[in-house]
Amino acid sequence: MEKFNTHTGLVVPLDIANVDTDQIIPKQFLQKTERVGFGVHLFHDSRYLDHAGTQVNPEFILNKVEYKGASILLTRENFGCGSSREHAPWALQEFGFKVIISSSFADIFYGNCINVGLLPIKLNEAEIDQLFKLSADTQLTLKVDLPNNVITRGELSFTFSLNEFQQYSLENGVDSVGWTLDKLDTIKAFEAKMPAWQ
Amino acid sequence: MTTTSPQTMYEKLWQSHLVEDAKGETPLLYVDRHLIHEVTSPQAFASLRFHNRPVRHPERTIATMDHNISTRSIKIDAAGEGAANQLRALAINCKDFGIELFDMGHKNQGIAHVIGPELGLTLPGTIIVCGDSHTATHGAFGALAFGIGTSEVEHVFATQTLRQNKAKTMKIEVKGHVGAGISAKDIILAIIGKTGSAGATGYVVEYCGEAIEALSMEERMTVCNMSIEFGAKAGLIAPDKTTFDYVEGKEYAPKGEVFSQAVADWKKLKSDTDATFDAVITLAAKDIKAQVTWGTNPGQVISVDGIVPSPDDFSDPVEKESCINALKYMDLTAGTKMTDIHVNKVFIGSCTNSRIEDLRAAAGVVQQYQGQQVVEGVDAIIVPGSYRVKEQAESEGLDKIFTDAGFEWRLPGCSMCLGMNDDVLEEGDRCASTSNRNFEGRQGRGSRTHLVSPEMAAAAAITGHFVDLNS
Repeated sequence: MEKFNTHTGLVVPLDIANVDTDQIIPKQFLQKTERVGFGVHLFHDSRYLDHAGTQVNPEFILNKVEYKGASILLTRENFGCGSSREHAPWALQEFGFKVIISSSFADIFYGNCINVGLLPIKLNEAEIDQLFKLSADTQLTLKVDLPNNVITRGELSFTFSLNEFQQYSLENGVDSVGWTLDKLDTIKAFEAKMPAWQ
Repeated sequence: MTTTSPQTMYEKLWQSHLVEDAKGETPLLYVDRHLIHEVTSPQAFASLRFHNRPVRHPERTIATMDHNISTRSIKIDAAGEGAANQLRALAINCKDFGIELFDMGHKNQGIAHVIGPELGLTLPGTIIVCGDSHTATHGAFGALAFGIGTSEVEHVFATQTLRQNKAKTMKIEVKGHVGAGISAKDIILAIIGKTGSAGATGYVVEYCGEAIEALSMEERMTVCNMSIEFGAKAGLIAPDKTTFDYVEGKEYAPKGEVFSQAVADWKKLKSDTDATFDAVITLAAKDIKAQVTWGTNPGQVISVDGIVPSPDDFSDPVEKESCINALKYMDLTAGTKMTDIHVNKVFIGSCTNSRIEDLRAAAGVVQQYQGQQVVEGVDAIIVPGSYRVKEQAESEGLDKIFTDAGFEWRLPGCSMCLGMNDDVLEEGDRCASTSNRNFEGRQGRGSRTHLVSPEMAAAAAITGHFVDLNS
């Protein structure tokens, strides 16, 4: 996993609550055995007017020229609800997103983001409203500083927090499987004490 | 003897599976059982190969083919090349890593969350994971069961453990008894209607109360299955005699002395009487009526004797906006009687409602209509959850009841719940579905899903609209 330190990027405001993983990456694009090839299908039903994905929907915010190259997704509550498909964060990442900012995330989606190195940031609803307002008035660029847990834009700043180990893992690009495999003796000791039925 | 403070069932399950809680790290939990399928596992296997890592305990993992498969043929390529590639990859991966696989046409094949319980792979007091959000189903046994992403699938393969932050606890008590004709699906939809579709985000939910205790195991699975639909990490129901009787004698369940010891341990799992929960929600069972969703998330649900709500009914601006969008997508007008909504497709199946009791309930309703056929203009399919369910249903003649009435009797699989195979709705189709999600495009781009019980789905097939069966 790539290390995450600081990131400065353009914000695209997706003003929709309860965005589910079926919207992020519809099921017909899950039939791959590789980890690549999902970005082109991100938000497929909103991005394209036709099922085949040949006619771009000019009204959808990700298609607007002023947001080309955006790498920070600003969105509303309960983002990523629904299925556990990690294809959703893969698609967001491949499209170019490094950071997602919302007032809340679905639990499984949040964990999946951390595991693939996509930074999910929770801010309170007033702060989210403020960012939406700013992004409506102007092209909004934010600097996200993970080691210091702060988002800045000029004088303005917003602090956020992550679980300690998740923060460490993102900053250091930890191989989580390798990390746990170093504790194999502890796991074996646990197994030795398990009841027969388990 | 040491005294400990009162614990909830979740806390007991957590404590008994805590391998390590090291300073500065996310707690490490032991995983007893891992269910896998073709869609969310291939990249995990690829990463194991890349790192030259084995599956630590292949005997603790069971694989099935369910998401992508055709419900018309057991041929591996019957649902297209993409599906076939994933199914073949699963077969190769299971062979290479020593994992037992129930492949096309195997007597144990079926939807992961249907076969786990029916084979005795699902046991109380265990942690069960699967790369599928409806893993919460297994919580019906008093197992801590939840969906995981592909990186976590890989972590479980390599270590048989998972890192998890501790969730908050929520008790949902359904007091008293439900009225005649009210199903487990109605109970869980009513709960989600009350909490909203993100009402339990960050929580593990424990369902309790007389109405829950009175449910059969299969009904409890329907309730726990939809825990994710209001954001819960997992849903739990305390194991009791109903649970132990169900598990005893199942193919993979412990036998003899070991089973007796297991039951003794399982009896200690229920939440202590004075345990405290972070949140408590109470419902009166007698107030729960048959439910139908009207919107595009499972929290947008109402009793069948109600009307389609108006955006003005919501004070919260997000809910109001969500209602406006949902009515537009669903092509519904506020004020329409739910019983006046006509459907052209019916799907009875999915890990929520494809077990034998679901099929019996649906067949019972078909019989109440005394020889009436699926109404013209409606296509109705029945997809059993597993080959065992299919076989049992056929031995009881349920397939005949359905086919005589004009339903299609299909082969097991996830099918139209998510439409990864060719069981997909067309744009503009309106479906009465016993599945778990009514998201935009879930069953097909531009299609409209109403979540209902098997009984309601059967009635909608015969009449062409939703029916208040109790009126």
